[in-house]
Amino acid sequence: MKTFQLTRAADSAEAIDAAAQATTAQQGAEIRFIAGGTTLLDLMKLNVEQPEKLVDLSRLPLDEIEASPDGLTIGAGVRNSDLAYHPVVREKYAVLSEALLSGASAQLRNMATTAGNLLQRTRCMYFRATEMPCNKREPGSGCAAITGANRSLAILGTSEHCIATNPSDMNVAMAALEATIHVRGSKGERSIPIADFHLLPGKTPERETLLEPGDLITHVTLPPPATGARSVYLKLRDRASYEFALVSAAVVVTIADGKVTRARIALGGVGTKPWRSNEAEAALTNQAAGEELFRRAAEAALREARPQSQNGFKVELAKRCLIHALKLATQKA
Amino acid sequence: MPDPNESARGFAGGPDSVGTSAEMPDVIPVTLSVNGKKHDLRIDPRTSLLDCLRDHLHLTGSKKGCDHGQCGACTVHINGRRVNSCLCLAARHEGDEIITIEGVGQRDNLHPMQASFVTCDAYQCGYCTPGQIMSAVALLQEPCGPEDADVKELMSGNICRCGAYPNIVAAIQTVRGKNSDKKAE
Repeated sequence: MKTFQLTRAADSAEAIDAAAQATTAQQGAEIRFIAGGTTLLDLMKLNVEQPEKLVDLSRLPLDEIEASPDGLTIGAGVRNSDLAYHPVVREKYAVLSEALLSGASAQLRNMATTAGNLLQRTRCMYFRATEMPCNKREPGSGCAAITGANRSLAILGTSEHCIATNPSDMNVAMAALEATIHVRGSKGERSIPIADFHLLPGKTPERETLLEPGDLITHVTLPPPATGARSVYLKLRDRASYEFALVSAAVVVTIADGKVTRARIALGGVGTKPWRSNEAEAALTNQAAGEELFRRAAEAALREARPQSQNGFKVELAKRCLIHALKLATQKA
Repeated sequence: MPDPNESARGFAGGPDSVGTSAEMPDVIPVTLSVNGKKHDLRIDPRTSLLDCLRDHLHLTGSKKGCDHGQCGACTVHINGRRVNSCLCLAARHEGDEIITIEGVGQRDNLHPMQASFVTCDAYQCGYCTPGQIMSAVALLQEPCGPEDADVKELMSGNICRCGAYPNIVAAIQTVRGKNSDKKAE
């Protein structure tokens, strides 16, 4: 690990000023915020991340969860375990609680934060191995995954430069819940819908989010739950626990008189970003709920899938995952 | 098992920190509270809490398995919550209450969970055991359902290469006063 200077930010302004000195907030950033540290220190040990300076955010007051009629406000520093077990989250945003508890281990959930999870890095083995080419880690070096071991990698939103999967479970639930990410930076504050926050790799896979140097995620807001909505997070993986998704589905659906009146659908394990499927939502809305409809929605969600040499199985697996998640959600009492 | 050279990397005195004086990192002061005792230390900022406990404080109960938060052998409690100490920077934990396996029980004064691991034969080689017990003790205060499956889910961050899992679950369920599918023999 390269050595670094460790500083502790007394307040948000100090943190923002310190980080604004970096030339990028993306891959290769010279200055990094550190909160839970579960992704960053892991990658620093691998020399994938080599920041010269770490700005410790752990003493900033960003760890509150507030429920109000306007929805839920989640501080950037709220630990994944605290969010998952929060009574309001369990009752009104079950998909988020289920997604969080399906991710990582109890120890890591005690460490990882909301904002850190939003910025979780891919598990693509070539990104994590500095001896291999990777356009995300080292732009222009090539993508070893396209001709290599790509079984776990993405089938939606890929480019010829990168097929890395966004590994987060939380992000998938946040996408289906239409979360808004609130950022404070040197130019003021702004609010970014989660659908816009993560970028497709395109020709610049090293750019993963809209964040610029000095940008500090302060909190995430969720709108009030839709009346009568039922939600489910279903995750399929190689082992029963403590494993990343091969495919996953977050569904939030409202049924009235046997018809789907509203649907929010997002998929995990298949996309280069948390994969909101407007196509599946359109297929579901105002149609009679049932397996036939769910199959049509799943076909719509995966229509643009571009499997690689080893992950063709994900196309059908993701469809079955979404169909089953919709069945579970619509069977809920 | 990790490459033994790998475990020395990133730590003061390890191969990566050998270089010219200009490349040597500043050593920074930190006061850590471990098992109720305060320690004034001067450490390389890269030092993980795990390396700090083992190499600076000589508390070698916490083990280094993967050094990447994947095996759980390094599990300790910080302010009452279980964490992977290999993914913590020691210098960030001034003011926190750190408890290691050495603070949970002693040879002649075992914690009920340690005693239960002995009774249930919940280990073979023992390398993962301190981490298993630190997780199991923390689990007692967490929202965990009554079934063996609930315990297995919340213990999935602790890997046992000997495969002592059924007895580990039995040991934990015994302390919780729950019936386990696997009875202690």
